[in-house]
Amino acid sequence: MSLTTAHSVVAPSANSKRIAGVIIVAYALISIVPLLWIFATSFKTPPDSIAYPPKIVFQPSLEGYCNLFTTRTRQTPEYINSLGPATGLCDATVRKRNMVIAGPSNFVPRFVNSLIIAFGSTFCAVFLGTLSAYGFSRFKVPLADDLLFFILSTRFMPPIAVAIPIYLMYRELGLSDTALGMILLYTAVNVSLAVWLLKGFIDEIPREYEEAAMIDGYTRLQAFWRTVLPQATTGIAATAIFCLIFAWNEYAFAALLTSGTAQTAPPFIPTIIGEGGQDWPAVAAGTTIFLVPILVFTILLRKQLLRGITFGAVRK
Amino acid sequence: MAEIRVQNLRKAFGAFVAVQDSNFVVEDGEFFVMLGPSGCGKTTTLRMIAGLELPTGGKILLGGEDVTMRRARERDIAFVFQLFALYPHMNVRKNIGFPLLAQGMPSAEIRARVEETAKLLRIDHLLDKSVSGLAGGDRQRVALGRAIVRRPKCFLMDEPLGTLDTEFRDLMVHELRELHNRIHATTVYVTHDQMEAMSMADKIAVMNHGVIEQFGTPREIYDRPATMFVADFIGSPPMNFLKFGGGLAKGAKEIVVQGAKVAVPEVREDVAPADMALGIRPEHIRFDDGSKLRGAIYGTEYLGTTQIVAVETADGIIKARVPAGIHLSPGEQVGLTLSSARLSLFEKGSGRAVRTAMHDQAAEARHG
Repeated sequence: MSLTTAHSVVAPSANSKRIAGVIIVAYALISIVPLLWIFATSFKTPPDSIAYPPKIVFQPSLEGYCNLFTTRTRQTPEYINSLGPATGLCDATVRKRNMVIAGPSNFVPRFVNSLIIAFGSTFCAVFLGTLSAYGFSRFKVPLADDLLFFILSTRFMPPIAVAIPIYLMYRELGLSDTALGMILLYTAVNVSLAVWLLKGFIDEIPREYEEAAMIDGYTRLQAFWRTVLPQATTGIAATAIFCLIFAWNEYAFAALLTSGTAQTAPPFIPTIIGEGGQDWPAVAAGTTIFLVPILVFTILLRKQLLRGITFGAVRK
Repeated sequence: MAEIRVQNLRKAFGAFVAVQDSNFVVEDGEFFVMLGPSGCGKTTTLRMIAGLELPTGGKILLGGEDVTMRRARERDIAFVFQLFALYPHMNVRKNIGFPLLAQGMPSAEIRARVEETAKLLRIDHLLDKSVSGLAGGDRQRVALGRAIVRRPKCFLMDEPLGTLDTEFRDLMVHELRELHNRIHATTVYVTHDQMEAMSMADKIAVMNHGVIEQFGTPREIYDRPATMFVADFIGSPPMNFLKFGGGLAKGAKEIVVQGAKVAVPEVREDVAPADMALGIRPEHIRFDDGSKLRGAIYGTEYLGTTQIVAVETADGIIKARVPAGIHLSPGEQVGLTLSSARLSLFEKGSGRAVRTAMHDQAAEARHG
């Protein structure tokens, strides 16, 4: 061993790095196994999905996906044989179970509802949040601290605690089972988070930038648009992803307030179970597809997300 | 370009008065420096001229036009911030061209103007670089470029060299003054650094607690400080004060300090008996064993060509600047001779300078 090696007092030793690595890998495995399980189940056949002991190795099948996107009716083998040759992979798959495809399921419209409501409410919450955060950050707002506390206080209780009044109000206002109603609701829940997160980010942007732009001939709104907004993109992206995750995953209000035209994917997916036996592969397929948008969004914005979580702690 | 006229300007934040009834005129093409300790109101004054703060009272005239309540963007001024405020999401070219874009200038013309400005500041090789990679001095040049590209009525600068390294600072002081000599833009420059102020300014206003203590050329301010605050703030080391009592009569040419008679410039006003102070710049003290004003050497600070010698007198320590060649050892008794023609007299209570022949001679010299 060399005596001249300098040891840093603050850098972690090789041993502690190793221990940290083991803990992180173990935690990642624990978190990821249920997801892998869902993903695997979505490619199993219904008998494989309920086999005991569970099958780790199995013949992959698209039956779950076929069942997710279609509604089927049970027919006699004679009737099925009397039909012409199968028109596609799904047709062939369901015929093996003595069924024929009756039509498309509601999954696609429900998924589209989820997209509209989640992205719509995220846009509204971030838009309102950015403007209010800018206002709180730059102007002398009377009772600013009290207002900010009031905004935060809307998150002191779980949103579902006000489910009944909201249910009654929505019924009176005709907002029940409408995309607009759900967008308003999720916006209202998310805007407090958006204001607080974004105020932190905007406070960090020196006001000299807008002042410089205003002296150089721009209005305040132009200055905001051209100098503040471009520098707040990290914060806006981080805020957007938090809002989107909430709106995308929200189940309780969606189950209570939507039943038909505006129903989102979370309350829809469990209803698949009931259609023709316990169709776990179809449920797993629905869940897998449901995870994709948030997965893509998160991967695209992962740097901003990290920054969002540590905001205030790491200043540059 | 235009002159700036500030009349009875006043700014209060609640009960705190940041600027008290300021009056001054910056003439067309003049380099004007507001100097003072932090919190003295100099930046607030500058921001009011810029239109970033609205005054509580008073008037601001730009080229004869009353702009007191006008929006910043309608004043046709440029501002250089201490932190430069370069937009990190734009490159150097876009940063410099940003004010022109606001005017809706055609892009070919913006391009030409930006390039011309960059050449003037010798940053034309940096135009397509990102501002985040620039060195401090270059950032400063880009900020200046953004200010001069529009050819505004005047430039306002808020401690623009405050964050630079000493090395860059000296260079930029020189460059700024050179730039001013070339374009003759009316400039208001705020700093707490007396070296910057003295080396660049045509006129200086020394501020303290929201009040302009003195307005004048660097030479006037150094040689004939109007108040004890100015005398103490300017100069390194600052002016020494020795107290003496009694009033002064018009025509007096001598005062008594610590039992020794000291010749002073002829007093031109009567002053009622009060605590008084004699102000002496360190370089106006010589050692002379024959003098009755005595002290003991306390310590020396070697500066190459000169040395600063601290001398303990009956009235505390005073500092003298003498040639480095003189050898002195601590504890040694010395006599002090003062250059009579250069001494200032102050009323201790108000801090005000007493009018003497020194002021009258200067006034006569000015008026021919």
